[in-house]
Amino acid sequence: MLGAIVKRLGQMLFVMFGISVLVFLIFFATPGADPAARIAGRNASPETLAAVRKDFGFDRPLPVQYGLLMERLFITQDLTSFVNRGWKVVPAVIDVAPVTLSLVVGAAILWVIGGVVIGLVAAATRGSVLDRTLMILGLIGVSMPVYWLGEVMNLLTQARLHDTWLFAWVPPLGYKPLTADPVGWFLTLVIPWITLATLYMGLYGRVLRANLVEAGQEDYIRTARAKGLSETRILVRHALRTSLITIVTLFGLDFGALVGGAALLTEVVFGLQGIGKLTFDSLRNFDLPVIMATVMYASFFVVVANALVDLLYVVLDPRIRKA
Amino acid sequence: MLKVRGLKVSFRSEHGLVRAVDDVSFDVGEREILGVVGESGSGKTISLLTVMGLINDPNAVIEGSIVYKGRELLGLPQRELRHVRGKEIAMIFQDPMTALTPVYTIGWQIAEQVLTHNAVSKRTARERAVELLTAVGIPNPEVSVDRYPHQLSGGMRQRAVIAMALSCNPSLLIADEPTTALDVTVQAQILELIQKLRRDFGSAIVLITHDMGVVAEVADRVQVMYAGRIVERAAKRDIFKGPRHPYTWGLLDSIPPLDGPRPHRLKSIAGMPPSLLALPKGCAFGPRCRYRFEKCGEPPRLAGSGGHDSACFLSPESRAAAWAGRLLDDKAVS
Amino acid sequence: MTDQAASPANLADDPSAAAARPGRGPWATALRKLRGDRAAMAALLVFLLVVALCLLAPFYAKYVAHSDPFRSNLSGKIMVGGKRVPVMETSTEGLGLGFTPIAPTWDFRAYFLGADGQGRDVAARLLYGGRNSLVIAGVSTVMCLVLAAIVGLVAGFFGGVVDWVLSRLLDVLWAFPVYLLAISLSIVLISHGIDIGPISINAGSLSLPIFIIGIIYVPYVARPIRGQVLALTQSEFVLAAIGLGVPNHRILFRDILPNVMTTLIVFVPLMMAINMLTESALSFLSIGVQPPDASWGTIIQDGQELLYTRPIVALAPGIAIVITVLALNILGDGVRDALDPRSKLRIRSA
Repeated sequence: MLGAIVKRLGQMLFVMFGISVLVFLIFFATPGADPAARIAGRNASPETLAAVRKDFGFDRPLPVQYGLLMERLFITQDLTSFVNRGWKVVPAVIDVAPVTLSLVVGAAILWVIGGVVIGLVAAATRGSVLDRTLMILGLIGVSMPVYWLGEVMNLLTQARLHDTWLFAWVPPLGYKPLTADPVGWFLTLVIPWITLATLYMGLYGRVLRANLVEAGQEDYIRTARAKGLSETRILVRHALRTSLITIVTLFGLDFGALVGGAALLTEVVFGLQGIGKLTFDSLRNFDLPVIMATVMYASFFVVVANALVDLLYVVLDPRIRKA
Repeated sequence: MLKVRGLKVSFRSEHGLVRAVDDVSFDVGEREILGVVGESGSGKTISLLTVMGLINDPNAVIEGSIVYKGRELLGLPQRELRHVRGKEIAMIFQDPMTALTPVYTIGWQIAEQVLTHNAVSKRTARERAVELLTAVGIPNPEVSVDRYPHQLSGGMRQRAVIAMALSCNPSLLIADEPTTALDVTVQAQILELIQKLRRDFGSAIVLITHDMGVVAEVADRVQVMYAGRIVERAAKRDIFKGPRHPYTWGLLDSIPPLDGPRPHRLKSIAGMPPSLLALPKGCAFGPRCRYRFEKCGEPPRLAGSGGHDSACFLSPESRAAAWAGRLLDDKAVS
Repeated sequence: MTDQAASPANLADDPSAAAARPGRGPWATALRKLRGDRAAMAALLVFLLVVALCLLAPFYAKYVAHSDPFRSNLSGKIMVGGKRVPVMETSTEGLGLGFTPIAPTWDFRAYFLGADGQGRDVAARLLYGGRNSLVIAGVSTVMCLVLAAIVGLVAGFFGGVVDWVLSRLLDVLWAFPVYLLAISLSIVLISHGIDIGPISINAGSLSLPIFIIGIIYVPYVARPIRGQVLALTQSEFVLAAIGLGVPNHRILFRDILPNVMTTLIVFVPLMMAINMLTESALSFLSIGVQPPDASWGTIIQDGQELLYTRPIVALAPGIAIVITVLALNILGDGVRDALDPRSKLRIRSA
């Protein structure tokens, strides 16, 4: 088993290296315009342009440029924004990471639990009106742009229904740190969590239901019935447990997409100052150093999360473990 | 102990009613081994699945009576049937490779069955699991009990499945083609195990198979099924020494002989089994039977003497003549 | 020798020996199944309706609504219920300063859904925006599937080093979170466009988002295609063809491609749904469709500042997206069930 872990970690490092190269190529080596002009931002003065050229080594060969960039991103961490002159990017990214983490982890817990419940109920009541309704609702959830759903939630909770008992408790948009104000932290995150989770709950519910129904045809389920076990036990202990493996794989795949996309959009819509919001603001300003840093750190986070999920897979499926 | 009377199982389909089991009646006595023989589609599996209450197709139509130890099982709500399943009557299936849940150890799965039907502690259940694994001949039971199914070979898995089925001391074990998916040497071991079960555990066993050879080894009585009906039923010796139904003759003929002159060509029964959607009005085997005559247009009844029943209109004289004719044919072929 | 086959019991008596019906081809069966799937057919209808409406955008703007959805119209006036009303009303919120765009009039001839922050006709913009959103989704889907098919076929069929290299490339590309990749590419290309050899795209052109969205999901499709091609290449009929000396390109086109087509067809509605959501997100972030062009995503962005005062501007395009994507998803389910009920493809979300 140790061999499998080491192998997976090695793979992770390889992928991270690949991503860093890709980021580098995209930002520095895309043919078209002068990369220095891009990095320096719009309306940069000639002196800034020259400084950029020197700092990033545009007169040196590509691999050296790559090395320089990596050094500034990870080692010296003195990549500075050219929009807010002198503002150190990397520490800023690390500072706002807890916001993104709170959002993403909370939503993940919500959608996994929600998805499993929906899948179980739908599979158990297969063919009924409840089953069909849940599946349709799930499908609708998957078809909504997440940022639009967020806007709608805001419309309801901050404006239209804000004064009713339903949503009076919703605080204004923004984030409250967990350590400073736990209750506030929770309240500011509830609606964003629900928004983000709605998307995936529907999806996971559908997938789990399909898996459970398929598992129901398997031989070992027939054996379990012959043993005299109750249908509930068979569903939860045998069918679900085996189907969880697929769910975990899915989760691994989706977590990545989440951090890169949906989380970003959710932060923007709800005014949560996380890595996503940082990326978004820098997008508006075309502040390349910030974008580069956020993209790299976010990608790395995703890769690490994926590797962790893969390792979890080994725990869940005994067939993978070496004897 | 088990009395099945007039069992009819049909399935509604878009093409009509599929008659899988057509008026089947049989008994299973205590400690006896009943071999149920037939090809695919003969209804042998479905009739026994119905005994277990494992038919959960909403399009199934089940009629008849299944009385187990004086209690009518058909029509019993699932809640109550579950107390019978796994505890009084156990069933094992054909493919041991996929019969066990892959994510739990075999010890856990055996213990689960014990705990479902008995109020004992987890430790007791585990000890029982080890006991059972020893009884079925799995080496190193203390260690094997914590193994996962994929870590065992096919033969071992089947033994584990048998151990699990026996965990609550059922009076009746139904084995659906338990050796078909295994190779011949392992097959012999499993059959030996089954005989041991009857000896040591006192269970009655219904052994479903398509292989007359298996039946010849272990069965007390044999029941031959075709197209959802029983066509012949007798003690093992009687069936092999003096089979009465032409289908049984065909089955016996198609066993490749181990000794004697080598036949020119392996014998088979000409034709195909009838579609269960449109059974012939008379004898189901009629269309394929060499000895068919006008009476065969009427449905034959299962009748006979001395514990040997058959569903055929051939009179004893005609039968003897047909039998003699077959022996001549054999000589002519070889 | 006794002939066991000819018996007096005629096989003609045997009802099971009915004449075999001629088999239907797999495409015909699939089409028949799809047509029987009422939900899928309804979804197809809805989708075609949306497409038709959006294609009629210029017609609507010119002849029905008499508005130019691309020109600011802050001081304009329109006829509502017989009266001439300004498009931007004086705001009644707060201090009464500033202007609020007019609410939906529900009158096709005059600002059906009201005005946006620039006094433009929301309904007309919606149709034009829909046109762009649909075109981008459609073309990028075609591009994605073609590229994925090529990569998958080459990697799966030739195997070896070629496969290893392509697979690693796909791995790295896919490991990059999809949206971040789209964002990175967009941000870099938006300002200056692309100019690589024969490919030359202007910065403001619609082809840019098409190009970007077309690339980023290639690994998602290429992987299953590669898997399928790999399995097919090991299959007996292909091995036989290779053994017989049939040239590679013929095997690829005549034996492997038709089998892969099924998977590709199932991907069509799925990828259209995904790409539409991706495009709308990029446009919302202002790095997708660029002004003066509009798409449903950009209109939602326009509506953000008016969210509490004139929510219809943000709501309408969102509802349009939900309807279209939902229709595509339901259709996708139906196509998948018709062609391959045992497949494990699934729907992804934004």
